[in-house]
Amino acid sequence: MTAKMIRWAAVAFAAGIALTSSIAAAQETAVVYPLITPTRHEWSFAGIFGQYDKAQLQRGYQVYKEVCSACHSMKLVKFRNLSDEGGPGFSEDAVKVLASTYSIQDGPNDAGDMFERPRLPSDPFPSPFANDNAARAANGGALPPDMSLLAKARAVHRGFPWFVFDMFWPYQEQGPDYIASLITGYQDPPEGVTVPEGTYYNPHFINGISLRMPPPIDNDVVQYSDGTPQTKEQYAEDVSAFLMWAAEPHLNARKELGLKVMLFLIVFAGILYFVKRQVWRGVAH
Amino acid sequence: MSGHSTYVPRTAIGKWFEARLPIVRLLHDTAVSYPTPRNLNALWTFGGILAMMLVVQIVTGIVLAMHYAAESHVAFRSVEGIMRDVNWGWLIRYLHANGASMFFIAVYVHIFRGLYYGSYKAPREILWILGVIIYLLMMAAAFMGYVLPWGQMSFWGATVITNFFTALPIVGQPIQTLLIGGFSVDNATLNRFYSLHYLLPFLIAGVVVLHIWALHVVGQNNPLGIDVKNDKDTVPFTPFATSKDAMWMVLFLIFYAWFVFYQPNFLGHPDNYIEANPLATPAHIVPEWYFLPFYAILRAIDFNLGPIDSKLGGVLAMFGAIAVLAFLPWLDTSKVRSGRFRPIFKVAFWLFGLNALFLGFLGSVKTDDIIMGMQAVVWAKLSTLYYFLYFLVILPLLGYIEKPRPLPVSINDAILAKSAH
Amino acid sequence: MPIGGGRPARKEAILAESDTPAEPTRRDFLLHAAGAFGVVGVAAAAWPFVDQMNPDASTRALASVEVDISGVQPGQAVTVMWRGKPVVIRNRTEKEIEEGKAVKLEDLKDPLSRNANGGPEDDASDANRAAAGKENILVMTKVCTHLGCIPLDESGEFGGWFCPCHGSQYDTAGRIRKGPAPENLPIPPYAFISDTKIRIG
Repeated sequence: MTAKMIRWAAVAFAAGIALTSSIAAAQETAVVYPLITPTRHEWSFAGIFGQYDKAQLQRGYQVYKEVCSACHSMKLVKFRNLSDEGGPGFSEDAVKVLASTYSIQDGPNDAGDMFERPRLPSDPFPSPFANDNAARAANGGALPPDMSLLAKARAVHRGFPWFVFDMFWPYQEQGPDYIASLITGYQDPPEGVTVPEGTYYNPHFINGISLRMPPPIDNDVVQYSDGTPQTKEQYAEDVSAFLMWAAEPHLNARKELGLKVMLFLIVFAGILYFVKRQVWRGVAH
Repeated sequence: MSGHSTYVPRTAIGKWFEARLPIVRLLHDTAVSYPTPRNLNALWTFGGILAMMLVVQIVTGIVLAMHYAAESHVAFRSVEGIMRDVNWGWLIRYLHANGASMFFIAVYVHIFRGLYYGSYKAPREILWILGVIIYLLMMAAAFMGYVLPWGQMSFWGATVITNFFTALPIVGQPIQTLLIGGFSVDNATLNRFYSLHYLLPFLIAGVVVLHIWALHVVGQNNPLGIDVKNDKDTVPFTPFATSKDAMWMVLFLIFYAWFVFYQPNFLGHPDNYIEANPLATPAHIVPEWYFLPFYAILRAIDFNLGPIDSKLGGVLAMFGAIAVLAFLPWLDTSKVRSGRFRPIFKVAFWLFGLNALFLGFLGSVKTDDIIMGMQAVVWAKLSTLYYFLYFLVILPLLGYIEKPRPLPVSINDAILAKSAH
Repeated sequence: MPIGGGRPARKEAILAESDTPAEPTRRDFLLHAAGAFGVVGVAAAAWPFVDQMNPDASTRALASVEVDISGVQPGQAVTVMWRGKPVVIRNRTEKEIEEGKAVKLEDLKDPLSRNANGGPEDDASDANRAAAGKENILVMTKVCTHLGCIPLDESGEFGGWFCPCHGSQYDTAGRIRKGPAPENLPIPPYAFISDTKIRIG
């Protein structure tokens, strides 16, 4: 009976695969953005054993701070997170000093006035604009998105049938792949293509052929202190890794715990298999 | 609950309790001595898996509610607070979000098992209809739960789904306004969805009790689809069914843990990591995967049918696709339960399964995408047609024209015959 | 998971039908192993669901506050919130200090200092209650040790604090002298960052 079930399941599965791949092969769609799917990068945090690379997160923070933060807020990330377990691993004292270089409005004091004070580790990263309207006004009508969750909010779907394979060979780095590809993907529009006034052609953009953000970074703009190559590509990877951490700060803990849980459950399932076999021993079914 | 109870309290305290509240007897008769057909296959463990998932969802949900704030300005942030600051918050939220998907995977296996082995036929009609009610409640709970993080997909999903009601003539618009508590989806909507999302799982649990009660009255169906004749056909629930259920539950947990720990966002949508914005609709709205087949049916009806315009037609078709399940016990006219003995039914059934998968795929693409030379919406019409043909034409007719293979005399006979080979 | 629960007679009958007898040792071992795994698994899975109720990271990050006391004259007090509770910082007058010192230790209901900055066995002398090296400064969590109400400043028979809920009376060093409260008002961990700035927590 079981063998027959397995046979049926196999037939159904094979039919499903055949059907789906033929659909995929024959599927043509109108224009789909991004025009070029994101380039796959090597990430230290990919895969089952993947963990963030502290040095890379620190460099990524430097890029964010010196370049991106001019326009992009990061409202959900607090300075204290920079010294959290599984993050860039700055020391608590360094974070205190870093936070105090920014000010924040607090109050009211006893006289009823609002006042400025240095930021504490418990305060969020400062935002470059007072509010969304100010941000739009300063950027030609386009709102630079908040970067706290960007790496999880910009996953480019690989579509059918790739997602079936991604289910079992995990690919959860679409976000950083997209961001790194976008940053380095600016180019001259091909002949005959005109982009709207004030936008820049980028075939990696998820929502059209061009975007309002000018190419954000170039070689040697940020000075690394650890000797890492100061190329545009390196900056893009580092800041993408940093943004992934900002969006998913507990990834290290998640993957570590996952391994333990998986091992436990697999051994448990094995024991239960033998229990079941013992119980049903000699009982025809 | 069925037949003669074999429970005998052994201890003094057990006897004292038994005379006052025979709950131990109830549990014993339900989960220990309950006779279960000896030929059940692994597909029959999904009832237990579903019970486990309901408990997981309720427990994780109660915990999330301790940290969540149902207010449109802070809801998104409070969810991120859970993900970032609450101890183990990321784990509990990922368990809950992926748990919803696992719940639906298990329920679809459970439903298709019932469809194949004819578990809906007499005397199990009430059992089956209670299952359809649970399925409906699950869909409502899942939809409202998806609104709570107040991301872009939450907001626009809520907008689109509550707009279904405007398809009804005259009363539609007032009903929609009543449901969302305003002229657009807003804080009032979020609050009532939160309240109902907390309530529905307990309603589900209540109907599940009825579902199990009904099951224990009529007894389990089995892969042969024939009635249990005597004791030789059955084994006691414990340890036989329990040992099997436990193993498959843990195997299911491995599958579940794979998503929670390594693919936590695979089944979600990236746009829901963007806070709700009533001014901008995401480029491509799709519901969660478990609604995709029905979404495809909704979009397939793009033509007016006499007095019924396409909007109302789509909504009716979609609800009809679920409602038709409740009438299945009377639509299938065959005397034979199990698909194993029905050669033509078998083909129609597997086509139905593939068709359901295909509808799911069609629900995920844009309607004007070209698939195998045809627009997706044309495929959706054909698929929708087969979906309804299966229930309304094929199953009623097959009972008259199909010649089933001979049934074994009893479960025991079939098992002996098989082991003799 | 009800593994190895009841053993109804019918099962033995079924087992008796088969030619291979059950192996009790192996079977018991498996059942025990499965049971142990089940218990360990449930217990381990329960921990996150308990621990989530502890203060979250944003609450823990606010676990210290800094207070400027330069404007607090003798006879005045300032109350700040620390971990959701009022902490009073009192600049005591000469008279209050004298009164505090005059009390004999054996007259005290609670002989311990209850000062998080000192040892757990320190006695409740005025010096052990006041700030180290600044006998005029008294920092205390102003929450009655009886049932958590907030005592009133400068009131009661002992010139210190009086709890309106159930009539507990504290002296000028915040020690319980009369009423149902069992302990002196607790002193939170704090330190002087500068002469006029205190960090609590």
